[in-house]
Amino acid sequence: MMKLLSALIAGLLFGLGLNISQMTNPQKVLNFLDVSGHWDPSLALVMASALAVFGLGYRLLIVPTTSPVLADKYCLPEVKTVDKKLLIGASIFGIGWGLAGICPGPALANVLHGDAKIFGFIAAMLIGMAISSFADKLLSSKSE
Amino acid sequence: MTDFTPFSALLGGALLGIGALLLLKFNGRIAGISGIIKGLFTSNNDNVWRYCFLIGVLVSSFIPQAFSHDSEVTLNASWSIIIIAGLLVGLGSALGSGCTSGHGICGIGRLSKRSIIATLTFMASAALTVFLMRLRG
Repeated sequence: MMKLLSALIAGLLFGLGLNISQMTNPQKVLNFLDVSGHWDPSLALVMASALAVFGLGYRLLIVPTTSPVLADKYCLPEVKTVDKKLLIGASIFGIGWGLAGICPGPALANVLHGDAKIFGFIAAMLIGMAISSFADKLLSSKSE
Repeated sequence: MTDFTPFSALLGGALLGIGALLLLKFNGRIAGISGIIKGLFTSNNDNVWRYCFLIGVLVSSFIPQAFSHDSEVTLNASWSIIIIAGLLVGLGSALGSGCTSGHGICGIGRLSKRSIIATLTFMASAALTVFLMRLRG
């Protein structure tokens, strides 16, 4: 029960951060990416601030060999190598992000603002994810 | 046109960091939104925390935006752009094992080489996309 409460509170804080920093506004994201236009550096400060808090907290509070407060172990990514899949995936993600100025977090945090387009975006995103696992399965069955 | 908003950016960023830190310290999980969403479909057990986190993100936009002046968010992109963008964001984040939150905040925060490279890659391809769209008018 406590585990669920902490996940809920973490999500609330995360979403609140997205809303307050206005990263839920695609125009602010696009204006950050538009270096040659009316550049709005806000997103860089959002990232810097989030990284300072998370990075420092990670250093001081997280010991991966111990247990988290409410779980058995830390689930951290085990893959360490940079592969083609990472680079291709990140490139594709960037194109999508640059087209509309929306990434997964802000898409969710935008749902209650009531624009129908955000539901279209989320539905398309879920289909994109489904396509990826299909492609993944095809690739791994070929290499076997 | 949007203006540079340093105060709300720093405050919002700090909250993002605290939320991600809380999820890791208490639940032992990475606050990567695309990974959490994908996990709902690929992982069979222990999904309740995923729903709780995502509900938290959803509900957060109910809380009055005391710090933001323009709470009215409008999506200017056309329907076709929105759908193509959504498809690419879903496909790309799943293939690349993360998005702005998982790679950009949690990954770089842990000094993961993969995340640093992924973030630089999607920032570059996004900036290039915006530039090309601008040329197109």
